[in-house]
Amino acid sequence: MMAKSLLKKGVGVLLVTVGGLFGLLSVAQAGVEVPSLPPAKVAGKCVEDTDFMRRNHMDLLKHHRNDTMRLGIRTTKHSLKGCVECHASEKSGSVASSKDDFCVACHSYASVKLDCWGCHATKPGKKPADHPAAALGATRAGGEK
Amino acid sequence: MIPHEKLPVEDSNPAGKPDAAARRDFLKAGAVVAGATLAPGVLFYGVAHSRPAEEPASAAVRWGMLIDTQKCGDGCKSCVTACNEENGLSGKTGPQDSQWIRKVDIRNLQTGAHHELPMLCQHCENPPCVDVCPTGASMKRADGIVLVDRHVCIGCRYCMMACPYKARSLVHEPLTEQKPDVPRGMGCVEACTFCVQRVDRDETPACVEACSRDGHNAMLFGNLNDADAPIAKVLKSMASTEVRADLNLNTGVRYQGI
Repeated sequence: MMAKSLLKKGVGVLLVTVGGLFGLLSVAQAGVEVPSLPPAKVAGKCVEDTDFMRRNHMDLLKHHRNDTMRLGIRTTKHSLKGCVECHASEKSGSVASSKDDFCVACHSYASVKLDCWGCHATKPGKKPADHPAAALGATRAGGEK
Repeated sequence: MIPHEKLPVEDSNPAGKPDAAARRDFLKAGAVVAGATLAPGVLFYGVAHSRPAEEPASAAVRWGMLIDTQKCGDGCKSCVTACNEENGLSGKTGPQDSQWIRKVDIRNLQTGAHHELPMLCQHCENPPCVDVCPTGASMKRADGIVLVDRHVCIGCRYCMMACPYKARSLVHEPLTEQKPDVPRGMGCVEACTFCVQRVDRDETPACVEACSRDGHNAMLFGNLNDADAPIAKVLKSMASTEVRADLNLNTGVRYQGI
């Protein structure tokens, strides 16, 4: 008898706790806004569909980095440099120097740490005239110093 | 753009012979030489080394460098400056600063003979840095360029100890404003890459370009496997030295005059 009532109490407490957590969670969801990303330089022309890129950009980058680093394959379609050239924000000229910049805005929303920028440039640089990527358009002003 | 291989001036004047056939040969040879020197962009860019972006580096090529210490300018540091500029190095020379190429003075105490030479990663065929690397970060590309894959490097510095040429450096401090073509960062070991980003665009390394721009022409860069390449011709016809040849590393960088 005693044990039964204790068990009941326990279930009650558990329900209250779970309910409380859900309450907190919904408050938290309401409080965090989906980041608004700075527009790409060439709007609507990402190398793959936007939904696909959101889920898979990391795999494309990792695959490409190994091809380039290890084998010397220098295609530009999935290169990190290409991402930076198109997605650097107008304001900071970078993809990761302020919290509103393309990479940082989304990664802090998703709470995923990224370490690309410990080594890679976050700003587009000057391209030599004969580089294939130069055909895509001029570099943004105020790029690499 | 500087062509990969600039023919040395002294090679471009074969002696003419009186009879007609020999003169025709002479004219032909002259035309080839003129083509190589006057229109290097056309000849070398289009034919000799062009590799499409989607094609991996080939083991048929082995990049190498020949440095003539007689031509290397006293006190000249163009190669060092050009390297720093191309690869975004600070140019400082403290014990914790990265130096991918440095000028070295050598003096024979007995004879008093004095030479200056640039010392850089020797891009060995059998690189000790690759042997000892515990993670596989230290690697040799198919075309003989020895590189560090920073994605895998843990900064243990074993390769720095293994290298007989003191060619490698560890980045000790966080970096900003890297060059887009040359990612570098704290906690990774790095060294001369033969300016791999330029080589893949059919250009010569920045140091070689600077050396010839300054009129020294002490550095020759090219494909050691191509018998027609000027570097291979000079290596075939003249004595050259591997630094620490006793280690049997078969270095890609060779010196003349030491």
